Amino acid sequence: MKISARTSEKIAKTLIWTAAVFVLAVLMFIILYILVKGLPVINWGFLTQVPRSMGREGGVSSTIVGTLMVTSVAVLIAAPFGIGTAFYLAEYTKGGFITRVIRFSAESLAGIPSIVYGLFGFIFFVIYLDLGWSVLSGGLTLAFMILPTIIRTSEEAIRSVPKIYREVSFSLSATKTQTIFKVVLPSALRGIANGIILSIGRCIAETAAVMLTAGSALRMSRSLFDPTRTMAVHFYILAVEGISMENAYGTAALLIIIIFLINVVANTLVNRFVR
Amino acid sequence: MIFHGAVPESKLNGGSRMSGKSPNIKIKTKNLNLHYGTFHALGDVTMDIKERSITAIIGPSGCGKSTLLRVFNRMNDLIPSCRITGDVLLDGDSVYDKSTDVVELRKKVGMVFQKPNIFPMSIYDNIAIGPRRHGISRKSRLNEIVERSLTRVALWDEMKDSLNRPGLELPAGAQQRLCIARAVAVEPDVILMDESCSALDPESTMKVEELMLSLAEKYTIIIVTHNMEQARRVSDMSAFMMLNENRVGSLHEYGPTIELFTNPQSKVTEDYITGRFG
Repeated sequence: MKISARTSEKIAKTLIWTAAVFVLAVLMFIILYILVKGLPVINWGFLTQVPRSMGREGGVSSTIVGTLMVTSVAVLIAAPFGIGTAFYLAEYTKGGFITRVIRFSAESLAGIPSIVYGLFGFIFFVIYLDLGWSVLSGGLTLAFMILPTIIRTSEEAIRSVPKIYREVSFSLSATKTQTIFKVVLPSALRGIANGIILSIGRCIAETAAVMLTAGSALRMSRSLFDPTRTMAVHFYILAVEGISMENAYGTAALLIIIIFLINVVANTLVNRFVR
Repeated sequence: MIFHGAVPESKLNGGSRMSGKSPNIKIKTKNLNLHYGTFHALGDVTMDIKERSITAIIGPSGCGKSTLLRVFNRMNDLIPSCRITGDVLLDGDSVYDKSTDVVELRKKVGMVFQKPNIFPMSIYDNIAIGPRRHGISRKSRLNEIVERSLTRVALWDEMKDSLNRPGLELPAGAQQRLCIARAVAVEPDVILMDESCSALDPESTMKVEELMLSLAEKYTIIIVTHNMEQARRVSDMSAFMMLNENRVGSLHEYGPTIELFTNPQSKVTEDYITGRFG
């Protein structure tokens, strides 16, 4: 049987449309389910108090602080190294042996499950370097975890800057370093920022690797060397140990809101500085 | 290669702007050969380019016009497999000498490319980018340079109130003039223009041509163009390039534009400029 072009067009359109709607519906269901269950728990006290009786009562303030600290350490360490490596790969090498090794390593690192990073961080930072369960151990471990993402997205962003921009810059008698910092970097900033935002999201959501390296202390951490508990770890423990499903949902809802806010703020900043 | 002999000064002045004493030689190439890897792109190019004049490089596609243009500011350095032999002299100094500072060279020899390529930043920053790279940071000095450069390309009155707007918002013709202003801001001696009008509409092209003529009072301008009429309208000297019998880009005929267009010495040149091939 021969199907007319118009019919096949219709079938294709319907299939594609169904797929999109299905995915969107599932996503919306998950988010709405958590928000509906979690939002009623969130109030001022929930945001500002430290957890009491293992999280059954009180709020989640120390876990918010813990999340922000661990994530900041990870991004502040991974971003400069990652962006630097990306520039090296995109601008300074011509596809030699070292480039291939770096790129292969980065791609392999990207495929490793986060629990393996956690195990490495636990053995290396927590025990061998004797940093203990701490914000620093957790941040360093996450830095390794997000490094491949930052390298890959930054390299792509740098490569997508038109070649002519570099030529124009050279023709205006700029040096290579000036060209990279004043012409290529500003043009690639949006792509680089997207990679970093993605990485921030992964840090905030990470559970296994953080639990093994930053610990699960409920106290408010005051320095990089204090143990901490991030929000993701907190609601994992609340749920798994059956401490309080209610507060687990509250924390999860808060996590979703925070990731959303970070995305909005980051995008606004990028739009403001990149024209 | 055919060189037109000494042209009487009176004849030169016939349809050309050049007057008074004959200008000095700004750029000289001698037996210039260029290879990309095993590909022989330019063969034995020998030519003198006069100061404060417009020299047009014409010829069919793929004969090495842009390659030759990019020899003068060493833009070909960006291509790793590029090898150059022979002499290229700017003001008598070798351009390809080991001791030549490429950054200094490109300060003297500016370039305008085929398509307008404004950076995604403000009009002001687009022009200030060159001077800033050379360490000029005083606001008053930069303002002065921006005003002078925009004035020189006849954009100042139009743009003095919108210097902070993104350069990319301008129409293509104005963008290309902005690119010229950006090159002028570095205070070069020579401006290379690589088919700088090919992406523009006729009216913008006319404006850029007027600009070339006025800039030629101060700068040495070398253009690559596919537009025969443009070469005839603006240039003082014309260099006709084409592939020689070994398929190597070479200078086929070179002389004052009026001579080359009215009385070409070679049949091939005549066929090309009358549109019979190319």
